[in-house]
Amino acid sequence: MRLFKCRVPIAAPCSITKMVKSFRVLYLLLRLLAAAAALSAAIVMATSHDSTTLLGITLEAKFQYNPAFEFLVIANGIGFCYSLIALFIPSSLLSRLVIMFDVIIAMLLTAAIAAAGAMAQLGKNGNTHAGWLPVCDQVPNFCDHAMGAMICALVGVVTYLLIVLYDVHMLLSPKLLP
Amino acid sequence: MADKAMADENGKQTERETTLSRLLKSKMAAQLLISLRLAALVATSTAAGLMAFNKETITVTVAVVGTKPILQSFTAAFQQTPAFVYFVIVNAIASLYNLLAMLLGPYLKNRGRDVLVHLSDMAVFALVATGAAAAASMAELGKNGNKYARWNPICDRFEAFCIRGGVALVAAFIGAVLLLVMNAFTAISLMCKSVASNN
Repeated sequence: MRLFKCRVPIAAPCSITKMVKSFRVLYLLLRLLAAAAALSAAIVMATSHDSTTLLGITLEAKFQYNPAFEFLVIANGIGFCYSLIALFIPSSLLSRLVIMFDVIIAMLLTAAIAAAGAMAQLGKNGNTHAGWLPVCDQVPNFCDHAMGAMICALVGVVTYLLIVLYDVHMLLSPKLLP
Repeated sequence: MADKAMADENGKQTERETTLSRLLKSKMAAQLLISLRLAALVATSTAAGLMAFNKETITVTVAVVGTKPILQSFTAAFQQTPAFVYFVIVNAIASLYNLLAMLLGPYLKNRGRDVLVHLSDMAVFALVATGAAAAASMAELGKNGNKYARWNPICDRFEAFCIRGGVALVAAFIGAVLLLVMNAFTAISLMCKSVASNN
């Protein structure tokens, strides 16, 4: 049997099939983790709601009132759906297309968390130069929910980064392409 | 001779892949990559420079005492918003990286270096994307405000600040798109090279 040249240095008696199998299991685990993280981020953000009454004025905080948080929910929803679809695709057929979409979805998730992070920092600290007061003191429940959602989204982003790295590795040693 | 033997063995797929990889290794591909990098360098440095010099001061009359109006000046600068500070820093890093990659391009023929350049390309693209996204959300808030949080828009008062910030943002988005195209290009060329050398 002819041993193919791997791009990763491996011990001599290791065969290609065992390595491919272990990588495949790791790949599936990463996708499941990404799907779970994206789903939990979307759900936690979507269920965040708090209101407080201040001097007769009701200050209500929902995620729909802020475009960056809406984008976070929608982007993580798309990431979750795509992760599920990518788990069940017959691998040999569309693997190159999946790699391309992986990069696109990873970038979508990072952009969403960047925008939500900027908005969350503003909500917590305010901006005295623009006359924008912080809102987290009045609606602490909403801020906690948003923080939890952003942590889940960050886990999803890091997992997608690992998935993209694995895709690059698959590109470099195409014998590993399932 | 080994190439010819493998071509006879595997049929025409090997030949097609070596021609594709030869096309990608040709001078046209290298020139395309260099021009993309130059365009990305111009875009990101424009974004960083324009946002870094983004400052506007307006004086408004806050009160009138008798016949004398009391003026107060308000300043809008990029340092006041952490998102814009991050935007400037990230675009500066990206333009420095593009400059370095353009200057060292001819000396990086090693395959390991190719992979390193591709990975750092991806990292820089991610940075620029996050910087542009954060600055875009801040810019949208400054333009439209948020009536639920009682945050008033500021663009009606500081018009020049908003316009300059908007142009910088557009430049950063263009730079991000160019970086993405470069990423895809190097990924495809790496893949074809590895297929060719594996066969």
